Amino acid sequence: MNNILNQIGIENYIFLSVILFCIGVFGVLYRRNAIIVFMSIEIMLNAVNLLFVAFSTYHQDAQGQIFVFFSMAVAAAEVAVGLAILVSIFRNLGTIDVGNLKNLKG
Amino acid sequence: MNVTTLLIILLVGAFATYFSGDKWAPKVALLFGLTAFAGTICLLSQYNLGQEINYTKLWISKPNISFALQADGLSLAMLLLTTALTPIIIYSSFGNTYKNSKAFYALILFMTFAMAGTFLASDGLLYYIFWELSLIPIYFIALIWGNGDAEERKKAVVKFFIYTLAGSLFMLVAFIYLYQKAGSFLINDLTQLKLSSTEQFWIFLAFFLAYAIKIPLIPFHTWQAEVYQKAPTVGTMLLSGIMLKMGLYSVIRWQLPIAPLAAKEYMDVFIILGIAGVIYGSIVALRQKDLKKLLAYSSLAHVGLIAAGSYTLTLDGFRGAVLQMIAHGFVVTGLFLVAEIIFRRYETRKISEMGGIRAQSPKFTSMFMILVLASVALPSTFNFVGEFTVLYSLSQVNIWFSLLGGTTIILGAYYMLKMFQHVMLGETNVRLFADVTFNEGLCLVIIIAVLFFFGMYPKPIIDLITPSLENILTQVNRFNQVK
Amino acid sequence: MDTSLVLVLLLAPFLGFLFNVFLGKKAGKSIVGIVGTLSVFVSFAMTLYLFGNANQEPVVINLFDWISIQRFNVSFGFLIDHLSLIWLLFVTGIGSLIHLYSISYMHDDEKMHSFFAYLNLFIFFMITLVIGSNLLMMFIGWEGVGLCSYLLIGFWYKNQDFNDAAKKAFIMNRIGDLGFLIGIFIVGSLFNTLDFTSLKNIITTAKDINDFWIALAALALFIGAAGKSAQIPLYTWLPDAMAGPTPVSALIHAATMVTAGIFMITRLNFLFDMAPSVQNIIAIVGAVTALVAATIALVQNDIKKVLAYSTVSQLGLMFLALGLGAYEVAVFHVITHAFFKACLFLGSGSVIHGLHGEQDMRKMGGLKKAMPITFITMLIAALAISGIFPLAGFWSKDEILMTAFHANIALWVIGSIASIMTAFYMFRLIYLTFFNSFRGTEEQKNHLHESPSLITLPLIILAILSFFGGIISLPGNSWLNKYLAPLFSKVVHEEHQFGNTEYMLMAIATIGAIIGIGIAYKKYLKDNTIPSEDAEITGVTKVLYNKYYVDEAYDAIFVKPVNVLSSFFRDSVETTLSALIFGLGKVTNEIALQGKKIHNGSVGLYLFAFVLGVIAIITYLFL
Repeated sequence: MNNILNQIGIENYIFLSVILFCIGVFGVLYRRNAIIVFMSIEIMLNAVNLLFVAFSTYHQDAQGQIFVFFSMAVAAAEVAVGLAILVSIFRNLGTIDVGNLKNLKG
Repeated sequence: MNVTTLLIILLVGAFATYFSGDKWAPKVALLFGLTAFAGTICLLSQYNLGQEINYTKLWISKPNISFALQADGLSLAMLLLTTALTPIIIYSSFGNTYKNSKAFYALILFMTFAMAGTFLASDGLLYYIFWELSLIPIYFIALIWGNGDAEERKKAVVKFFIYTLAGSLFMLVAFIYLYQKAGSFLINDLTQLKLSSTEQFWIFLAFFLAYAIKIPLIPFHTWQAEVYQKAPTVGTMLLSGIMLKMGLYSVIRWQLPIAPLAAKEYMDVFIILGIAGVIYGSIVALRQKDLKKLLAYSSLAHVGLIAAGSYTLTLDGFRGAVLQMIAHGFVVTGLFLVAEIIFRRYETRKISEMGGIRAQSPKFTSMFMILVLASVALPSTFNFVGEFTVLYSLSQVNIWFSLLGGTTIILGAYYMLKMFQHVMLGETNVRLFADVTFNEGLCLVIIIAVLFFFGMYPKPIIDLITPSLENILTQVNRFNQVK
Repeated sequence: MDTSLVLVLLLAPFLGFLFNVFLGKKAGKSIVGIVGTLSVFVSFAMTLYLFGNANQEPVVINLFDWISIQRFNVSFGFLIDHLSLIWLLFVTGIGSLIHLYSISYMHDDEKMHSFFAYLNLFIFFMITLVIGSNLLMMFIGWEGVGLCSYLLIGFWYKNQDFNDAAKKAFIMNRIGDLGFLIGIFIVGSLFNTLDFTSLKNIITTAKDINDFWIALAALALFIGAAGKSAQIPLYTWLPDAMAGPTPVSALIHAATMVTAGIFMITRLNFLFDMAPSVQNIIAIVGAVTALVAATIALVQNDIKKVLAYSTVSQLGLMFLALGLGAYEVAVFHVITHAFFKACLFLGSGSVIHGLHGEQDMRKMGGLKKAMPITFITMLIAALAISGIFPLAGFWSKDEILMTAFHANIALWVIGSIASIMTAFYMFRLIYLTFFNSFRGTEEQKNHLHESPSLITLPLIILAILSFFGGIISLPGNSWLNKYLAPLFSKVVHEEHQFGNTEYMLMAIATIGAIIGIGIAYKKYLKDNTIPSEDAEITGVTKVLYNKYYVDEAYDAIFVKPVNVLSSFFRDSVETTLSALIFGLGKVTNEIALQGKKIHNGSVGLYLFAFVLGVIAIITYLFL
């Protein structure tokens, strides 16, 4: 494991993670389809997870990896709930375009 | 007996009145009002005998807030004004019937309770709580039992409420800042702080906003005339007779001793503001069409003079201000009662619809005339004693101030006599005007008696307030010795 | 002993007032009249007693401390000395006579009890004014008599014009009162006392006195005096004050209240002596007032207006004397003036009474047969005021003119012209009223009658006093001067060497008076001229008839602007201020409305804002 890290270098993990995270952020901001927004959120989560794992190895500390398990489990649960909400929104409004969901309007 | 008893009497009275039912409420309220007055007299005698009547107990330990009530001569004088006027105000309202009168009279007593608390509190936060508490009853009194168009009234009363509340919030900020410095809200700690002159300036200004709106000084007075006009007469009496004096009292009690450097530095500005109020109020009063509004502006003029006197930072100024506060409290209550008596008969407050009353009601005319004369400070009335002392103190600062402030005796005579002429004199009015009833007459006679008695013999009150005012003056001057 | 006497003296009229207020209506008119008159008469008797037993030393009575100022207390006290006794004598004396007169004069008025109540109250305040031991006590009386004057001018309150006159009197007096108060403030801060006795001691002994402040105090006090005693520029209320019942004009607006200013200045003579510049102002104001008022009186047709302007003019002469430091001369003229002017007013009242309220001299004439007693008494008084030897007015006026002659020829000339005019307009009044034929209606003519004895008795007494009143201060051997001498700090006015100059001045004055009477005789008796109707008056006469348009000028300069300002404040400033406060609320509301627009419900926008926020925080924290 150390080898791989040494060969690739921690900074590349960080770059990848940042790029993934930004892709996620832009996805959330610019896509209007709620499912794609969800996917972008997942990408952001996984970018963070990747960073966790990378640093866990770098510091020789398993805590980070354990934390990732939790985070994945929570993410899965969140997707389940989120998708359920989306389905019910679709049933009620006939669309999952976030541009149309303006009930929060003040 | 100490001062807490008095507050308890009033608070219990408020509840008792509410639970006594609509029929008995006025009488119960009067009874408790009188009891409170008796209590004040009792306190006064104890105070004169040198007995302890103060009360201090830790209330909240963190932050350090005490339930501290302190009655010195100044507080007692204001307390006397409050508890003496309350029964008169309650009794004067017997000529009217109010729906849901149990709530009405309970609110009056509750307001008296809050005002008495304001005059007594010696802990900043407690004082602030009482100060704000007194706003709640008058809000409901004016809103529910007021007169005129409901929408208009709501607008005026809400404006008054928010306006005064907004002003007081600045005071709260100042208190919190002071607490940071002193670690206590007690006035004795606050007046010993060594604040820099910049700090004092800001604190002075924050207090000033609260008081200028409450008193009111121009240009913060716009709530006054409308609320006076819209509120029921009892509310107007409470407002003008007692509540305004809360602001003036607080100037002397809190603002000046805590921030004396700022007070000295900007003395002229504030005196001029007070005097400007005198002239402005008098001139505006000249052409008012509504009797209550006219009295409101006359009130504006008088409190302007009182404020100017307080800001002179002299013993004479303080003393004159307190004397004038008490005198004005009585006379303005009487004058609003007069307006109410006319309203009961003619159902109008428009001066143009009155006139020719004198021929029909000699007793009422005489009493009204005497009140008008007291209001324009005829020598031998209490108002003259106050006004003279205040004007004298102004002349000690600058002779021009007393000259400008003195225009009140000319302009005041002008608008009051003009009003009297149009309300009372002239050809006999075609509408019948029954002379005063026993109830109305008694209220007016008591007020007139007080005004004349203390006009001829103000010594008891002067002796009562002088030592406390001297103390305050020492606190105000505490920075002088340092230099 | 003295204390109780003084209290009786003071309180008798007050008790009369209380009685008339509370029981007057029930008691009936005759009782009201008796009680009212008697209460004043008691004061008069007390005054006589005190006068008879007075020592050289003034009596000071301090009852209690009234008002406390940091540096001094003002006591509720009285001071009885020669000056106050002199004033008390004629206030209560003439007061009693006028009360007596009023019993008959006001008998038909339904509010007679209030009338007597007010009159008694007036006497009470006047006594307070005169015997107050300090400036503030004097001020109680000062404002009190102003109040009574207000009440009595507006006695017939159903007429709003009368009420306007009353209001005007009160307010103009208050302008003076403000001056008085300012004077009190300055005196108080300079000397730390308001007590007359202490003031006199301090001022006469002190060395380093600030001239400027003393002069300012004297000037302020003089403004007070000018207000009460109707001097330029505050004189316009007095002619209007004639709206009140005639006894009031006689008592308050001729004999007593209007002399309060002279009393005050005489009382404070030591202060005014220290301020020569102010004395000059007083003398000039007095002389000018005397002249201006006399010119206006020349053409007035209302019998009471003529007398009113005559009063202003005579008061001007007194102020002239005061300004020249001849206080005792001023006091002398006050006394004689009280006699003959009260007599004239009461006489005019008798005439008005006889004609059932007619005051216009154009509608009188020929009354001498119908009202012989009124005619003779008024004639005596008119001769006295014109300064005909040996009546009272001759002596007092002559002394003023003599003093003026010695001080400044110009003042003497003005005073003399005013005196000649006085003679003219007084006899114009006499001729128009009593001579030739009656010009009123037939009905009035049939009812012409002499007034009842209660009216004529005071007239006769006053006429006698007007005739012989000069005795108290004959030149060369003046009882009054000696009596008043202890009051004055320095003897400014040494007894005149009675030489040729003095005889010449007397002669000139007498000839002047005779010339004035002669012109009036020629014009109004021989040629039988009747003053023209209001509309036909033209030229200089019109200016004079309209009193130089001073009232109109004051109205335009002071009253109107204040009222316009009031409307402006009420309609513009108040609404603007109110709108400003409401504006604050509106601004808050507007901000909220704008903020609401951002919250359009689009999750994308929220997230975008969120991300921007995070980026901003990170940038701030790490970069």
